[in-house]
Amino acid sequence: MDADTLRALLPLIIISATPVAVMLVLAFYRSHALTVFLVLAGLALSFASLFPASGLLPRMAAGLLVLDHYSFFFMGLMFAATFAVALLSYGYLGRKDIFPDEYYILLLIAAAGSAVIVSSSHFASFFLGLELLSVPLYALISYPRANPRNVEAGIKYLILAGTSSAFLLFGMALVYAELGTMEFPRISTAALFPGTDRNFVLAGVAMIITGIGFKLALVPFHMWTPDVYEGAPAPVAAFVATVSKGAMFALLLRYFTIFDIRRYGSLMLLFTVISIASMFAGNLLALFQNNVKRLLAYSSIAHLGYLLVAFLASGVLAAAAVAFYLAAYFVSTLGAFGVISVLSGKERDADMIDDYMGLAWRSPWLAGIFAAMLLSLAGIPLTAGFIGKFFIAAAGVDSSLWALVIILVINSAIGLFYYLRVIAALYSRRPGALAASPKLPVLGGITLGALSVALLWLGVYPATMLEIIRNTISRFF
Amino acid sequence: MIMNNLGYPVLSTLIFLPVIGALLIGLMNRKHEGLIKVSALVLSLLTFAASLPIFFNFDKLTPKMQFVEWYSWIPAFNIDYLIGVDGISVLFVLLSTLVTILCVLISWNSVKIKVKEFFMALLLIEGAMIGVFCSLDFFLFYVFWEAMLIPMYLLIGVWGGPNRLYASIKFFLYTLVGSVLMLVGIVYLYLYAGRDFNILHLANLKYPLGMQLLLFWAFFAAFAVKVPMFPVHTWLPDAHTEAPTAGSVILAAVLIKMGAYGFLRFSIPMFPDAARAMTVPMMVLSVIAIIYGAVVCLAQTDIKRLIAYSSVSHMGFVTLGIFALNTQGIEGGILQMLNHGVVTGALFLSIGIIYDRTHTRQIADYGGVASVLPVYAGLFMLFTLASIGLPGTNGFIGEFLIILGGFTANRAAGVFAATGIIIGAAYMLWLYQRVFFLNVNPKVEGLHDINMRELLAVAPMAVLVFWIGLYPNAFLSFMHPSVQSLLDKVRPASANFSTLADFLRAVFA
Repeated sequence: MDADTLRALLPLIIISATPVAVMLVLAFYRSHALTVFLVLAGLALSFASLFPASGLLPRMAAGLLVLDHYSFFFMGLMFAATFAVALLSYGYLGRKDIFPDEYYILLLIAAAGSAVIVSSSHFASFFLGLELLSVPLYALISYPRANPRNVEAGIKYLILAGTSSAFLLFGMALVYAELGTMEFPRISTAALFPGTDRNFVLAGVAMIITGIGFKLALVPFHMWTPDVYEGAPAPVAAFVATVSKGAMFALLLRYFTIFDIRRYGSLMLLFTVISIASMFAGNLLALFQNNVKRLLAYSSIAHLGYLLVAFLASGVLAAAAVAFYLAAYFVSTLGAFGVISVLSGKERDADMIDDYMGLAWRSPWLAGIFAAMLLSLAGIPLTAGFIGKFFIAAAGVDSSLWALVIILVINSAIGLFYYLRVIAALYSRRPGALAASPKLPVLGGITLGALSVALLWLGVYPATMLEIIRNTISRFF
Repeated sequence: MIMNNLGYPVLSTLIFLPVIGALLIGLMNRKHEGLIKVSALVLSLLTFAASLPIFFNFDKLTPKMQFVEWYSWIPAFNIDYLIGVDGISVLFVLLSTLVTILCVLISWNSVKIKVKEFFMALLLIEGAMIGVFCSLDFFLFYVFWEAMLIPMYLLIGVWGGPNRLYASIKFFLYTLVGSVLMLVGIVYLYLYAGRDFNILHLANLKYPLGMQLLLFWAFFAAFAVKVPMFPVHTWLPDAHTEAPTAGSVILAAVLIKMGAYGFLRFSIPMFPDAARAMTVPMMVLSVIAIIYGAVVCLAQTDIKRLIAYSSVSHMGFVTLGIFALNTQGIEGGILQMLNHGVVTGALFLSIGIIYDRTHTRQIADYGGVASVLPVYAGLFMLFTLASIGLPGTNGFIGEFLIILGGFTANRAAGVFAATGIIIGAAYMLWLYQRVFFLNVNPKVEGLHDINMRELLAVAPMAVLVFWIGLYPNAFLSFMHPSVQSLLDKVRPASANFSTLADFLRAVFA
C-alpha cells in the first residue's frame, strides 16, 4: 500500500480514529458539549478530507475497499447525515436523565461502518462494515435503557439483524464454495463461466438478497421496521432510516449494475415483485397509523420500493436518480425525525399525531418545517422529494418500466393521504396534547433550519446537486 | 433573456410580487392585523396594476407568445424558466390579479382567526395561479400546478366550514391523482422529444396516433378532475361548500379554469388527432355534465352547493365548446371560462356577503331578502341573470357561441346543451325567488345592506358582466389569432366559417 492509497483512505481513517479519540478524552473529562464538539469536528474533518483525497481516485485498497467517486459521494452523504443526527441528538439527550457521551462513540462507529459498506468490494469488507454498522445500533436503539420500549426495540433489532447476518453469511459461503472468489467484480465474471452450478450461485444470491432485504426493510422482510422506529430514540430512528439503509442501497446499486441485473430475468422479476409489494404494503399500512414514528417507518418501506424502481431501470440515468433520491430522502427524513426529536421531552417522544394538533399556531416555523419535510416525502413540487420522484419516474419511463411507474404514481397519491393527515393535524384549530409552546433548542433549530434550506435548495435549484452527481456517480459508468 | 418591449420582466413580476409579499407578511407581527390586511390589499392592487401593461401592450394580431422570458433553470435536465402569454392565457392572468383584490376585500372582516396566515395563503395562490397560466416549460408548469394545491388545501382546511377536513383532503387527493398521471405523460413526452420540456417545441412535433391517445387520456385525468368533468366532479361541491368565501371565489373564478386551459394549451395542440378522435366521448361527457349538473341544482338546499353544481353545468358548456373544435366553440369556450369566472366568482362573493351577516347557507333560512337589502338584491339579480345567460350580459355571448359551435360540430350536442340553459334558468330563478322574495324570514330581519367595501368587491364584476356582454370583441379580439393557429393544428384543411358566426361577430364588433 503506497502513500497515495493511504491518503485516499484518509476519510475512513479519520472517521475510525474519531471514536477512539473521543473515548480517550472521555477517560479524563466528561462533558456533553465537548464530546459533541469532538464528534462534529471529526465528522466535519472526514467530510472535508474527501475533497483532497478525491484527486487520487479511483484506486483499490488491499483488495478489500474500492475508493472511487461513487463511494466518496455516498461517504459524504453518510457523514453529512451523521453530522445532522449528532446535532439533533445533543438536545434530545440533554433532556434525558442519562450519560450521553458513549452514545456518540457508538454513532461514530456506525458511521464508519456505513463508509466501509459503500466502499467495500469484497465479502469480507462488506460483512465487516455491516457488523460495524449493526452492532452499535443495537446499543443505540436501547440507549435510554430505563425505558422498556427502547430495550424491546433494541432486542428486536438484535435478533432480526442477527438472523439476517446469518442468512448473508450463508449466502456468501454458498457463492464462495461454487465460484471460489469473494471479490464482487470477479463474482460477476466467474458466474458466467461454463460449468458453474447456477443453482448453487442463485441460492447463495437469494440468501444474500434476503440479508440485504432485512437491512433495507423491503417487503417481506419489513416486519421489524415499525416496532424499531417506534421504540428507538428519534435521532437513532433517523439514523436507521437514512444512513443504515442508504449505505446498503448504494452497495446494492453498485454491484447489481456491475452484475448487469437486466441479464437475469429471474432477479429482475424478484426485485420487481419486491418493489411493488414494498410500495403497496408501506403506503397502505401507513394509512392506519396514529403514531408518527410508525407512520414514517411504513413510509420508509414505500420509499425503498420507489428506489427499487430506479434500481431496476439501471443505467446512468437510474444511478443518478438513486443518488439524488437518496439525498432528498435523507434530507426529508432527517428533517421529519428532527422535528420529532426537538419536540420530544424527558419522558417520551412526541410521536402521536395528536401531539401535533395545532402546532402551527404555537410555533409556526417548526410546523412549517415539518409540513415541508412531509410534503417532500410525498413528492410535492418545490421540495427535494419532487425532483427525486420525477427523476425516478424519468428513469423508469426511459427503461419502459411502465407498470412500475404507474404503480409508483398511484402510490404517491396513496402516500399523500397519510402525510396530509399529519399536516392537517399541524394546522388544526384544536389545541393538542403538547399544549405549551415548545422551546426550540438552539442546535436543533439550526439543524432544522439548515435541513429546510437544503430541502428547498434541492427542490428549487437542483442544478448544483446534479452537477455533483454528474461528477461522481456518473463517472462510475 | 427577456423578450418584450416593456423592458422589464413583467410576467415574473406578476408571479413573484405576491410571493415575496406573502413572505413579507410572514415576517409581520400577527397582532397587527390591520397592517397585515392593508399590506395584502396594497400588494394585490400593485400586482393588478403591474398586470395592466399586459392588457394594453398585448399584440392582438399574432398567435405568438408574448412577454416571453427565458432563463436556464436546471440545465442537467434541459429545464428552463420559460414563461409567456398568448391570446388563450392572457385574459386569465388578468382575471387572477383582479380576483385576488376582490378576495382580499371580501375577507376583510369575515376572516377572524389566523389572519396573517390567511392573507399569506391567498397571495401565494395568486403567484402560483399566474405561474400556471404563464408557464411554457412543462416542468415549470407542473411545479406551479402542484404548488398551488398546498395553499389552497390550507385555505379550505383551516378557514373552511365544519366539514373542512374531509373537503380539503378530498380536494387535494382528487387533483393529485389526476396530476401524477399527467406527470407520467409529461415524462414520456420529454424523453420522446429528446429531453425537451419546451411546450412550444412539443406542440410542433408529430406523434403517432396510439401514443397520442394514451397521452391524451393521461392528460385528461389531470384536466378533467380540475374542470371538473363528469364523473370526477364530486370534489367540487364539497370543496366549494366548505371553503371560505375567498377560497370559493378563487376556486370558481380561476382554479377550475386551469383544467379547460390545459385542454387548450396541451391536449388539443399536442395531440390533435387524438383530440379529433375523442370529440364524441368528450362531448357526451360535457352534455352529461351540463344536464346532470343543472338537474342536481334543483335539488340543493344549500346555496353554495347549488352554485357549485351550477359550476359543473357551466363548465360542461366550456368543455363542449372546446371539443367542438371550431372557432365559435373554442372562442365561446374561452369567453365562457372568463364569464363563469366573473359571474360565479361574483355569486360566491355575494353569498359571502350575506353569509357574514346570517352565518347560514341554507336556502330555507332565507326569504324576503329583497325588502331588507334592496341594493344587494339588485346586484344578485344581475349576476343571476348573467348566469342564466340573458342577452346583454356576458353569459349570453359565451353560451351562444358555444351552442353555435356545438351545433355545427354535432347537432344532438347542441340541442341537449340548449336544454341545460333552460334548466339553468329554472334553478337560478327559483333560488332567487326563495331567497329574495316570499315572506321575510326572521333570520334576515334588520340586517344592514351592503357596505362600501363589499360594494367595491363586487362592482368590478358587475362592470365586467356588461362590458363583456355588450362589447365582447374587446375580449374576443385577444383570442382570434391564437385560436386560429390552434385550429390550424387540429384541422390542417382550411377552416370554414359558418355565416352565422360571421354575422354574429359583425353584430358585436
